Amino acid sequence: MTLGALTERKQDRLDRLAAASAESGGASLLMDALRRLVRSPVAIVGGAIIAAFVLLAAFAPLLAPHDPGVRYDELIDLGTASHIPDHAPGFPLGADNLGRDLLSRLIYGSRQTLFVGVAATLMGLFVGVVLGGIAGALGGWVDAVLMRLTDVMLAIPSLLLAISLAALASRPNQWTVIIAVATIAVPIFARLLRGSMLAQRESDHVLAARALGVREHTIVLRHMLPNAMSPVLVQATLTLAVAILDAAALSFLGLGDQDTHRAEWGLMLGEAQRYLDVRPGLAIYPAVAIVIVALGFTLLGESMREALDPKNRR
Amino acid sequence: MLRVVVRRLLQMVLTLFALSVLMFAWLRNLPGGPAIAMLGERATPERVAALNHVFGYDQPVWVQYGRWLGRMLTGDFGTSTSSKMAVARELSQAFPGTIELSFFALAFAVALGVPLGYIAARYQGRPLDSGVIIGTLVGVSVPVFFLGYLLKAGVAVRLGWLPPSGRQSAALDATHVTNFFVLDGLLTREWDAAADAFMHLLLPALALGTIPLAVIVRITRASVLDVLNEDYVRTAEAKGLRRQTIRTRHVLRNALLPVVTAIGLQIGLLLAGAVLTETVFVFRGVGWLLADGIQERDYARLQAIILLAAVVYVFVNLIVDLSYALIDPRVRVK
Repeated sequence: MTLGALTERKQDRLDRLAAASAESGGASLLMDALRRLVRSPVAIVGGAIIAAFVLLAAFAPLLAPHDPGVRYDELIDLGTASHIPDHAPGFPLGADNLGRDLLSRLIYGSRQTLFVGVAATLMGLFVGVVLGGIAGALGGWVDAVLMRLTDVMLAIPSLLLAISLAALASRPNQWTVIIAVATIAVPIFARLLRGSMLAQRESDHVLAARALGVREHTIVLRHMLPNAMSPVLVQATLTLAVAILDAAALSFLGLGDQDTHRAEWGLMLGEAQRYLDVRPGLAIYPAVAIVIVALGFTLLGESMREALDPKNRR
Repeated sequence: MLRVVVRRLLQMVLTLFALSVLMFAWLRNLPGGPAIAMLGERATPERVAALNHVFGYDQPVWVQYGRWLGRMLTGDFGTSTSSKMAVARELSQAFPGTIELSFFALAFAVALGVPLGYIAARYQGRPLDSGVIIGTLVGVSVPVFFLGYLLKAGVAVRLGWLPPSGRQSAALDATHVTNFFVLDGLLTREWDAAADAFMHLLLPALALGTIPLAVIVRITRASVLDVLNEDYVRTAEAKGLRRQTIRTRHVLRNALLPVVTAIGLQIGLLLAGAVLTETVFVFRGVGWLLADGIQERDYARLQAIILLAAVVYVFVNLIVDLSYALIDPRVRVK
């Protein structure tokens, strides 16, 4: 057998080993974390909140007693300038300022809130992972340039950055909110992934793969990236909470979706500030909904972080 | 040490330079361009061209940038389109208010957060600890502006204990020297004015301080737990040192290092939180100016405030890093 063939066979075997260990080893590492996760009451509470939230959003048309966009005459008739009914026959939570059913709007609101949160997080995650991955994989001047760019983005407090981006839009809508909130997440994801990729670069398994002449993009995609993703995923869960809160803050400042026909918690909360003296419930219900959902994502994210932390491995 | 300082300063200047380029690009790419943004509905092609000429927008880009940067560096931020005042003057009145507000918010967060975090760590795993942790998680999940409204509606409007809005009662006709209203009252010996300004600060500071409080509690707790497991703490215990000595000299002193960093980072974030809090309490600080500027599409003002926020934020971060090196000899060695 020639030396070349021998290395090739060895390389083959290493690839297979890497794949196998990525599966079994990676899986057992993940399974390990998962096991700790399901044992943690915090994670269960967080997970249950999120599950309920997602189900609510998915089955909103079945659960909502009324159409969230329709102004009901019986509710309009009950309301005056100084009174918005907080209950009516068939409308358990009463009306909003325009005579629409508050309960149905709250239920439908979960959809839009979930959509804004998830879309912003995914967008931020995608751009951040691409930038961070490139920086971490290539190193050198590419890394330096990209990281200076994130420095600039991090030089402005994140909510201020979102505000200035959203203020740029001449006509704010849900997409300007999503883009603004996604942008502030980008540098965080990019830095995290780059950091954990750089740590991988010098690790033994990557050195071994490189020594054996495994192609660079295989190393990056198969050996480094999967091992570097877990802090990023934890961050993504936490970002969902922040995204929902920041979107609400933008709505509050008048930079949210201008289409008040659409039911969204942040928007409802922002709108309700004007009717606080007349009917505080208009603000309190969506606010409590936001708090519960944000708490759910935070609880899950924090317990994921704890479960993945090697210091907690037993 | 000196080399680190110089390198960090250079980095800071570079970051701010890049930011100024972005800000300039932002200004130029306003919807319809700055002239139209300024003229609003009165924009005609002739007027736009005239205004572009007056402001030099018909010059080459790099000339414009140079002039713009020169003006920014000399503190000329232009004129606010909504108040017709020089933005620099607006800021000189509003910024002290925001600093006062942030100071009290942070003081509240530190004074309550460090002891709470320490106690939670001491009783790790007990109900007290769990209670504190859940409290911090709920604390970061409540939208700041909503908390502000709750405080305002409950404590100020319904109970009438504290003023619901503003920085000081207009009826007092207080003398202002530094525009730090509490300080002004103390300097001019108008005690009632100082007390009144302080009362106006309490609720906004409470609302603004909640998130920093939660962060400081969590970091103090985690850091104290780390230190409690250190060998030197066990050694100190084995030596038979008094509990009190170990707690203050060995545990707290080392545990507070990460807390100092966290506090520093919170200072920058307070600026962002101030936008929401000040709007709720109609507290005329920089945050209120910003929110108002958004409604009015007052770009000169927005630009100045964002640049100011970035300078403060980057500068505070630098100081935090440097002070960290001063406090912790281990960082200095690297």
